[in-house]
Amino acid sequence: MKSDGFSAANARIGYIAFNTFREAVRDRVLYNLIAFAVLLSGAAVLVGEISIDIERLVVVNLGLTAVSLFGVVVAIFIGIGLVSKEIDKRTLYTVLSRPVRRWEFVVGKFFGLTGTLVVNTFFMALGVFLALLYVAHKFDKMDLWVLIALYFIVLQFLIVCALALFFSSFSTPLMSAVFTFALFIIGNLAEDLRGVAEITHGAGGWLATAMAYLVPNFSALNVISQVAHGDPVPGRLILYNSLYAGLYSTMAISGAVLIFQRRNLK
Amino acid sequence: MRRVSRLNFVALALLLASMAGAVLTLRAIDREPRFSAAQEALYVSSPKVLRRLSLGYTGLLADIYWTRAVQYFGRQHHNGARDYRLLAPLLEVTTELDPRIFPAYEFGANFLAPQPPAGAGLPGSALALMKYGIEQNPNQWRLYYNLGFLYYTELKDYAKAADAFAQGAKLPVTNPFMPILAARMAQHAGEFDTARMLWTTTYESSKDPRIRQNAVEHLLALQVDEEVTQLEHQVEKYRDESGRLPGSMIDLERAGLIRGIPNDPKGHPYKLMADGRIEVQDPEKIYFITKGLPPGASPPQPPREVHPDTK
Repeated sequence: MKSDGFSAANARIGYIAFNTFREAVRDRVLYNLIAFAVLLSGAAVLVGEISIDIERLVVVNLGLTAVSLFGVVVAIFIGIGLVSKEIDKRTLYTVLSRPVRRWEFVVGKFFGLTGTLVVNTFFMALGVFLALLYVAHKFDKMDLWVLIALYFIVLQFLIVCALALFFSSFSTPLMSAVFTFALFIIGNLAEDLRGVAEITHGAGGWLATAMAYLVPNFSALNVISQVAHGDPVPGRLILYNSLYAGLYSTMAISGAVLIFQRRNLK
Repeated sequence: MRRVSRLNFVALALLLASMAGAVLTLRAIDREPRFSAAQEALYVSSPKVLRRLSLGYTGLLADIYWTRAVQYFGRQHHNGARDYRLLAPLLEVTTELDPRIFPAYEFGANFLAPQPPAGAGLPGSALALMKYGIEQNPNQWRLYYNLGFLYYTELKDYAKAADAFAQGAKLPVTNPFMPILAARMAQHAGEFDTARMLWTTTYESSKDPRIRQNAVEHLLALQVDEEVTQLEHQVEKYRDESGRLPGSMIDLERAGLIRGIPNDPKGHPYKLMADGRIEVQDPEKIYFITKGLPPGASPPQPPREVHPDTK
């Protein structure tokens, strides 16, 4: 009986996720961003042409940075509207009046958005690899590390999606965008923040340490420069980063569920 | 209602468990050897390009680069590295973005010029950094002091050191030691008192704990160098008077040449060797000393810093 309930919940989450994905794909903004990413990869080729001996380096750096930034922008701007748009259009009431629980709605939205971003990243990655093939005329063994960097970028998107959804569960879309983007910036400076915490003493040190561990650590997920030089990524870092992204997303989504459960939707 | 509270409990438990898990994972990630952030700094090593890219937020960017410079030096020092090639560009970028970030010049004067592992072994870069600092801040006595300090300690160019101290002494706001240092450079550059005055001024005028510790170690080394020189002079005097070398410190004391058995700054008595030389008991414990060492030994350097995580 319990397993029936579990599979029914899974089916409802899957349905919401699929609808979120379908809605996002229909959104023309998404297509425009893919086009922009492809254009940027084209620009990388152009820069590669005028750079001596560092064409591959430029293509990997510029291409992966574009994938990351465009993906983060998509994650933030779609993520913040997921809840508010449903409330504005009053479709949320229709959904929740059916046997769909609020937590299922939040989790379904999260999976729908991450699915969208995975597909989005796949096409942008294709652009990067085509650009690489164009400048190097062949693939190299070290290009495999570019795939790992792309995987880390997807992990980064998981966290950004979860954060956008968390903020949108209690805040306006504009403020959610500001909060998420601010955390993205701070998260990229997380190692510097921990460095500051190490040399700060007393209450300030405790506060800085707590802040450093609470904000998402995006710097460990950024291995773009490393793979651009063809340096390998340790297997343990892949494991830890996967674990970290999963745990941090779970934390943010649990927070979103807790808040959304209590939210007055009347 | 019960279902909702159970759900809240599950969500809260999941939130706390994942938070704890994320912190533990992050600590594991920290222990993984990775590409250093400071190495990335060289991607944009041109300070002028960085200034344009900063969109006017040069202050914040300078602070970030300054933090990275200190972290880079600390990390390399901790790893016992002899290669500090990124220290100069990191300090150049920092000071180009914010020319009034004075600790960066002070750090450069103390750690760019000395030979590894105490520093980067780049006296030319240190000199260029000091001159740039003075060009940007002509009224800061501390920068003239740093320049004079560099000429004196690393380049041994006492005339230029005197000139730098004299220029700093003329400023409306200056340190009272500046004219004294300028005067001493002319006739007493090689004397212990001059070096002691310089390191004392460095200690008293700096807030950076690394620079202050470095100054303390140099002051202790100066004390040893001076005491060993004096003791060896007394040994010579004893030989001249008695026609033989003293057998122990007690012989010197009985001859009225010293009062009691002298100790080094770590509290250990100095050793009188059979050939009349004076040695410290434990040369590895007193850094930078040039005297009191066994024959052929080079001046001991401070040990690598121990990171809290690696204790």
